[in-house]
Amino acid sequence: MAHAVQLPPSETPSAEPPIQLLDPAGNLSTDERLPLDPAAVDLPALYRDMTLARRLDTEAIALQRQGELGLWPSLRGQEAAQVGAAYALGGRDMVFPTYREHGVAWCRGLDPVSLLGLFRGTTLGGWDPYAHHFNLYTLVIGAQTLHAVGYAMGLYRDGSTGSGDPDRDTAVLAFLGDGALSEGETNEAFVWAAAQNLPVVFFCQNNQWAISAPYSVQSRIPVARRASGFGFPGIRVDGNDVLACLAATRQALHQARTGGGPTLIEAVTYRVNAHTTADDASRYRTAEETEDWTARDPLERLRAHLESAGALTDEYVTDLEQRERDLAERLRAGCRGLADPDASSPFEHTYARMPADLRRQLREHLEFVSTGPQDGERT
Amino acid sequence: MTVSMVKALNDGLRQALADDPHVLLMGEDIGRLGGVFRVTDGLRKEFGDLRVVDTPLGEAGIVGAAIGLAMRGYRPVCEIQFDGFFYPAANQIITQLAKLRHRSAGRISLPVVIRIPYGGGIGSIEHHSESPETYFAHTAGLKVVTCATPHDAFHMIQQAVADDDPVVFLEPKRHYWTKGEVGPAPELPLERAVVRREGTDVTLIAYGPTVPVALEAADVAADEGRSVEVVDLRSLSPWDITTVRASVHRTGRAVVAHEAAFSHGFGAEVAARLQDEEFHFLEAPVVRVTGYDTPYPPSRLESDWLPGVDRILNAIDRSLSY
Repeated sequence: MAHAVQLPPSETPSAEPPIQLLDPAGNLSTDERLPLDPAAVDLPALYRDMTLARRLDTEAIALQRQGELGLWPSLRGQEAAQVGAAYALGGRDMVFPTYREHGVAWCRGLDPVSLLGLFRGTTLGGWDPYAHHFNLYTLVIGAQTLHAVGYAMGLYRDGSTGSGDPDRDTAVLAFLGDGALSEGETNEAFVWAAAQNLPVVFFCQNNQWAISAPYSVQSRIPVARRASGFGFPGIRVDGNDVLACLAATRQALHQARTGGGPTLIEAVTYRVNAHTTADDASRYRTAEETEDWTARDPLERLRAHLESAGALTDEYVTDLEQRERDLAERLRAGCRGLADPDASSPFEHTYARMPADLRRQLREHLEFVSTGPQDGERT
Repeated sequence: MTVSMVKALNDGLRQALADDPHVLLMGEDIGRLGGVFRVTDGLRKEFGDLRVVDTPLGEAGIVGAAIGLAMRGYRPVCEIQFDGFFYPAANQIITQLAKLRHRSAGRISLPVVIRIPYGGGIGSIEHHSESPETYFAHTAGLKVVTCATPHDAFHMIQQAVADDDPVVFLEPKRHYWTKGEVGPAPELPLERAVVRREGTDVTLIAYGPTVPVALEAADVAADEGRSVEVVDLRSLSPWDITTVRASVHRTGRAVVAHEAAFSHGFGAEVAARLQDEEFHFLEAPVVRVTGYDTPYPPSRLESDWLPGVDRILNAIDRSLSY
């Protein structure tokens, strides 16, 4: 019979309260660790983009339910973390996302329809990573953290960090989830970033669940504290507070650009929906937990603040509702309009120049495809 | 000029670094030490520690960071210290490095070279003698090449660095200290095979560490009155079936030799393609002489385990017995 091993108790998240600048009731506060002048922030714009990111997500889920998408990883509940972080970015800063950063993609100006192709099965990528400085989604957990490190090494070698010229200095923002912290590659990325003092910010959305595994399976200490073991700062913010996420990312990116090295940001948030549309969250977590977090909705608290400040005029609300409808329409029509790729597309761009053997296989495949299905053989 | 393969690789890398400021070398112990096999000896002193980078000890990090560097316009040449140490980097190589050009519809170009000393025959210990070539050759998006002479080592490493695709560059470590003449220009494009010795009775196909063994076997066979043509494949992905096909048309027989395991090894690919496309030219089944389907053995057993001259001669006999 196995003996129960007596471990010291895990440190609970409450052991280290995340920094908050906007509380769930919509009240502003200050924190000397994250100085921010709310008057200098376009709060209605933040609210607009959080609302549109949520609508994008809602429509994509609907499209999946209608059979238009094979799968969709929902961002619901993480709008503040994503939009807050994205608002801290400069145009040259490079983003290395996971597969859930739809809100960041939106803020980076990507055509939202291009996000759907990967999940509809029309593409394996779907956008130009250099056009908006937003890399392709990475499905293998944690792999992108090392790409971010390498890109940051390139910035350093280009003299594009710590040069003292704000028009030149650039940083990298890598997104990851709490599950990625358990991957060896993420830990290697931290080692490299620390030892070389690289201009990279790791933004961890701790949404509490790695599919069905709670954070306690990954770690006995809060995410942010793990940074100190690698030798760089970690900061823990309320991930449902868009101002705290913005302020922390802005501070960390500034530090990175000016030669101050990496930071790990932990945005404490919650994945309100299941991991993806293929997942059933009711098998591993309680409705009470989800309700408790839903009550801390990131959009609600910003709306409450804007209302109390008299910033939500009828005109603003009407305009936003129209933008939402336009976005939804664009996604629905755009999704159904995504053309199936050519039969030759898997062969293209596998190599810079197609090898002779692959050309032969392509010829055979196109010949086969052009004959079409035979009666009774295929349906 | 006659030099060892190590020196030829060193010279080739020096030339690549001098030719293009975006080329950089990265790996464990390659800077101060010059690499455990001294392939990068002196290069850090000449080009500095930003271009010859001693990395943290983490193979996934080496390849993963190379991907990010390449996205920023650099041409990283990674050293994996030994064949058996590439496995921690396999994820980055297979799921990321090989795929990103295709996933991005050609927008991301990853001109990354991964150098790996590989193969047995140096009396080393566990994980220091493996032949992982088919893991790479089976992965779309990677090129896989291996040199067998100092001349090829010097030129192929530069061709690999200049190539816009990721190239896994396998260096036959037991021939690192074998000397040979290095000529001024590459004989062929990187993907092409070369006929090392002409013959009329049987085509012997080899690559990397097995090429010198194949040539020695051909010498012995000649003493026995048998004319063996030796083809050095050089590139496993893509591989040059055209040169192999032309040779088999001349001889009607083919033997493939490699150190990697028998089942699912590269010889299986060669045999399958030849029987599929050249069946009517073949006068005998394609014979394979390879390592066995076991872990690489303790080094006291390796001389019999590896496909040596005698086992290759037996395979030639078998082919000629039909």
